[in-house]
Amino acid sequence: MKYVFLICDDETVSPSMEEIAADPAFHAYDAEVQRRGASLGGARLRPVANATTVRVRDDETLVSDGPFAETKDFIGGIDIVECADLDEAIALAARHPYARRGCVEVRPVWE
Amino acid sequence: MTAPDEVRAAVAAAYRDEWGQVVATLIGLTGDWDLAEDCAQDAFAAALATWARDGVPARPGAWLTTTARHRATDRLRRDATGAAKLRQLAVLERAPLEWDDRAEIPDERLRLIFTCCHPALPFPARVALTLRTLAGLTTGEIAKAFLTSEPTMAQRLVRAKRKIVEAGIPYRVPPAELLPQRLSAVLAVLYLVFNQGYDEEDGHRALAAEGIHLARTLVRLLPAEPEARGLLALMLLLEARRAQRTDDGVLVTLEDQDRSQWDHALIAEGVATLDEALALRRSGPYQVQAAIAACHATARDAAATDWPQIAALYTQLARFAPSPVVDLNRAVAVAMAEGISAGLALVDDLAESGTLDGYHLLPATRADLLRRDGRFAEAATCYEEALRLAPTEAERRYLLRRLSEL
Repeated sequence: MKYVFLICDDETVSPSMEEIAADPAFHAYDAEVQRRGASLGGARLRPVANATTVRVRDDETLVSDGPFAETKDFIGGIDIVECADLDEAIALAARHPYARRGCVEVRPVWE
Repeated sequence: MTAPDEVRAAVAAAYRDEWGQVVATLIGLTGDWDLAEDCAQDAFAAALATWARDGVPARPGAWLTTTARHRATDRLRRDATGAAKLRQLAVLERAPLEWDDRAEIPDERLRLIFTCCHPALPFPARVALTLRTLAGLTTGEIAKAFLTSEPTMAQRLVRAKRKIVEAGIPYRVPPAELLPQRLSAVLAVLYLVFNQGYDEEDGHRALAAEGIHLARTLVRLLPAEPEARGLLALMLLLEARRAQRTDDGVLVTLEDQDRSQWDHALIAEGVATLDEALALRRSGPYQVQAAIAACHATARDAAATDWPQIAALYTQLARFAPSPVVDLNRAVAVAMAEGISAGLALVDDLAESGTLDGYHLLPATRADLLRRDGRFAEAATCYEEALRLAPTEAERRYLLRRLSEL
């Protein structure tokens, strides 16, 4: 099954791409994804300060700054993975470094 | 021909013992929860007619499972439109159709119970799903037990079954590394089922029996898991004194219960079950709670209660499952073992922490200890506070009686 991991945290710490590339915790996670042959892609998102939200109401395009919802945690990245079942997806999500300080929402892909 | 009463009794007994197994097997074969329930229902309906004509089969469970499988095959042949249904049908047709009389039917209920209690499902849905698929309660019965409407409960079940399929919750017994965590989720569901029935006078009594029945099944399926046995022991020991907990609608405390009226066969079974659990030498919160219940159940009279042992057990329980309610119980045990003032000091600490604000047993416990200490004026104030907070009529009546006796 395909799952998307929504990787969230409160953005109080925002490591640079270089810092993430050098972080052994991320290496370990990537190695685990590779070992399972699970990755179908993914992306790291820039902080919500750079977010723009678009809505169309009555044919008018409404643009606002910031994320779509005011919450403590923001989506900072996504991973698309192929896993046998939810237990495997949970096990993989639990290995993501952000699971330790933020959270990882596991969502099945509508196929 | 078999006498109608005899057939009805045989079908009722089979429903109790085999429903979960029939449903579990069908889910295992088809992956379709609704189909499994419908076909199990059909099989039990067919049993009423067929058993009256041909007699009750030697192995009702095998007969019911085979019949349910035939129904599933028929339905899928008739309705098979999508590829998924055709795959289910192929699996069904490939699996051996009749069980050899000597062969053991593989017990699929363990897979079912772990799936029903998966942590990705909301807790109330886990409870409802367990009662529906494993225990065979109807949606209406479950709704009544949990004081919600039948449509609400039906929707809860539909959503849970949908999530199992759509989120890919596996239908399996979790591997060793997940087992302790997942087992404790299962035990929590069974204990809630039992407790939901425990406090009721009559209406929901069936749930307490259902909780015990499910716990017995779990112990049979997981004989090496001490906490499953611990939970069963705890249920048996609580059930043994349930009937004496109220008298004419008034709560009767442990101290004042007529111990000769406790169910001593259940106590013996509970203690024996606890001993089996302890022999496995891996302690846990249910075993500790059962040990506390056993201390009470085996004391000749209230004065003979081994309070130092109970206080030690509560200390142990607080390590496994820290909670202010456990601390409050420990405070009572300490008061009885070491003296009222030692216990009161612990109760005061708890009151100060604010973690039990609004919980009626905090002032009720305080009142009880003050009364034992002869401090009646302070006790009265606490009884009055407890009265305002007490959730059940039986408790309010008890508190009123205490207050009037001061």
